[in-house]
Amino acid sequence: MKIIVCVKQVPDAKDVRLDPKTNTLSREGVESIMNPFDRHALEAAVVLKEQYCGTVTAITMGPPQAEETLRDAVACGADHGVLVSDRAFAGADTWATSYTLAKAIEKLGEFDLIICGKQAIDGDTAQVGPGLAQRLDIPYVAYARKITECVDGTIRLERLMDDGYDEIEMEMPALMTVVKEINEPRVPSLKGKMKAKKMQATVLSAADIGAAPELLGLQGSNTQVVKVFSPHFSADKCMLAGTTDEMVDQLLAKLDKLL
Amino acid sequence: MIVDVARQITAEKIIPQRAELDEKEEFPTEILRDIAKADLFGLYIPEEYGGFGGGSFEMVLALEEFSKGCVGIATSFAASALGAYPILVSGSDEMKDKYMPEIASGAKLAAFGLTEANAGSDASGIQTTAVLDGEEWVINGTKQWITNAGDAKIYSIIAITDRDKGPRGASMFVIEDGDPGFSYGVKEKKLGIRASSTRELIFKDCRIPKDRLIGRRGTGFFTVMKTLDLSRPGIASLGVGLGQAALDEAVLYAKQRVQFGKPVISFQAVQHILADMAIQVEAARALVYGTARHIDSGAKEISKESSMCKVMATDMAMKVTTDSVQVLAGHGYMREYPVEKMMRDAKILQIYEGTNQIQRNVIGQALNKEYSRSK
Ligand SMILES: Cc1cc2nc3c(=O)[nH]c(=O)nc-3n(C[C@H](O)[C@H](O)[C@H](O)COP(=O)(O)OP(=O)(O)OC[C@H]3O[C@@H](n4cnc5c(N)ncnc54)[C@H](O)[C@@H]3O)c2cc1C
Ligand SMILES: Cc1cc2nc3c(=O)[nH]c(=O)nc-3n(C[C@H](O)[C@H](O)[C@H](O)COP(=O)(O)OP(=O)(O)OC[C@H]3O[C@@H](n4cnc5c(N)ncnc54)[C@H](O)[C@@H]3O)c2cc1C
Repeated sequence: MKIIVCVKQVPDAKDVRLDPKTNTLSREGVESIMNPFDRHALEAAVVLKEQYCGTVTAITMGPPQAEETLRDAVACGADHGVLVSDRAFAGADTWATSYTLAKAIEKLGEFDLIICGKQAIDGDTAQVGPGLAQRLDIPYVAYARKITECVDGTIRLERLMDDGYDEIEMEMPALMTVVKEINEPRVPSLKGKMKAKKMQATVLSAADIGAAPELLGLQGSNTQVVKVFSPHFSADKCMLAGTTDEMVDQLLAKLDKLL
Repeated sequence: MIVDVARQITAEKIIPQRAELDEKEEFPTEILRDIAKADLFGLYIPEEYGGFGGGSFEMVLALEEFSKGCVGIATSFAASALGAYPILVSGSDEMKDKYMPEIASGAKLAAFGLTEANAGSDASGIQTTAVLDGEEWVINGTKQWITNAGDAKIYSIIAITDRDKGPRGASMFVIEDGDPGFSYGVKEKKLGIRASSTRELIFKDCRIPKDRLIGRRGTGFFTVMKTLDLSRPGIASLGVGLGQAALDEAVLYAKQRVQFGKPVISFQAVQHILADMAIQVEAARALVYGTARHIDSGAKEISKESSMCKVMATDMAMKVTTDSVQVLAGHGYMREYPVEKMMRDAKILQIYEGTNQIQRNVIGQALNKEYSRSK
């Protein structure tokens, strides 16, 4: 079984602060970590490998230092790391990120399963997993909380819902995103750490994956972060009155003021 | 690297659970599984048997980290090594092939059975017997206070094979969980290290294959002594880790506890307690590391050094944990804070694997021998 785990390097949420003057994230002295949900994705992959044999490849799109996260993944049981890195990827939103990851995964060849975290703790959109599945034209399940079985090209899992869970059977190749309930991630092993030290990640550039330049990075992004700010919580309430159209206009005007 | 891995397990797995495991006297099955996944059960086992190929020093480093979290859990881990050493020291290649890989992977836990009702410090008092009957050994007797008993799958035990041969009259055997005639007593209730399990091993006409004999017949006491020589620095390192943890708690508390308008660390009397704690922890650590390196250098005579570091580091741990409770005072005495457990856990280190009185006997006898030889 060939499993691909998407891991993202994120700033350690414990340390991140918003500079109140400039309204930008102050990343100074902030440690980078593997997105916590992706640890659960990796653990799920490693457990599947232990049960059914196969390989686990960790892939990340990010700057060169994201290789650290790949080493971390290998220390925790992945077999290999792939770093998708190019200046052209900078500023990518989820649309461009999922395009880039899809092209890189296609380049890697056949696979049975892709596992992502539920969401990244910095971007927080939870869109990359489903977006990636869409681009690869494979079925997906988001919010998987348990893998029951994986036989004959079919995976059975439980999807967490607000009011319980769904039992789902899905043909592979497929993609799933996982929630924390799925497992307790292991700490790195000695042999894993030694392997990680020596690991040479495969590095893929925009040209390597045959990506269309206009679909990459900031240029390929449909959304842009205009402004980042700390939400100001107040107990102020107001009632809008009038026809629906009037109320919509009033609401838009208020939202405009906030930005 | 070993320290990093062990430290992460301690921080993420051991510390969050230690109070509950202690309170419920619950065996740390899950945590031992985490340790196994991190490859640490194979630390001291040669690579050809699936281990990491480390020595005493590697073991000491890992145990020090674990014991900063919980000596009960660290003891369960260390006792598996204690059960494995007799096979490593005296077992045949076939025996090592059979048992070492599963001990190294952590798939099976091991244990060591020496102590009996009438044989504590005096190992020669053992009454468990093993009699050869055709192709099988028949074992009768009861071992008491055996760490990991009931949770381990592999046991190295000693029994009398030829009573009239005195020191050459005992042999060691491997007993497997499930062997006919082999059962366990009830779990003991203890002062400290409550996450570890302690039970009796009961042998009633327990029959095992002939090839479970470890080494040659009659070498039991030799194997036991060799095993304890190797394991004592491990117990000493439990003292170092525990002492360090007790010191850390005491300093952090003294910095934030305010009395008479100042943090209590500003009182010289408190500072001196902390300073003495730090001195003792550091001195013990230096002695334990030195001893481990001495053993790893291939030194032949290690009994004296091994006993010295065990006595020094474990007496230190008792003193330092008691002082830590003193610095935290009322809070320290409450179960909400970790130091009362540390003090309870420290006591066992002065007792098991040979009491500290017995260690001093060993040191004294070694000195006597050394000085008569040099004359
Ligand atoms: C400080 C900051 C600035 C930003 N600036 C911009 C900007 O200027 N313009 C803009 O359009 N967007 C910007 N973004 C958003 C950024 O593009 C998204 O973070 C990114 O596309 C991934 O989306 P997400 O973080 O919501 O991941 P999610 O969709 O929440 O992640 C779900 C899962 O997808 C996988 N995954 C996500 N990203 C990756 C990756 N890179 N490599 C491998 N796997 C991955 C992981 O398994 C993850 O658990 C910014 C984000 C941050 C934190
Ligand atoms: C929690 C726990 C776990 C244990 N785990 C194991 C295990 O896994 N395997 C195992 O085999 N055993 C185990 N033991 C047994 C342990 O090793 C013995 O308790 C220890 O060796 C001391 O024996 P004793 O308690 O019978 O003390 P005793 O021998 O009865 O000693 C009583 C007192 O007399 C002193 N004393 C005795 N003889 C002398 C002497 N010659 N000179 C000076 N002082 C002397 C002792 O120091 C002690 O203070 C465990 C014990 C405990 C409490």
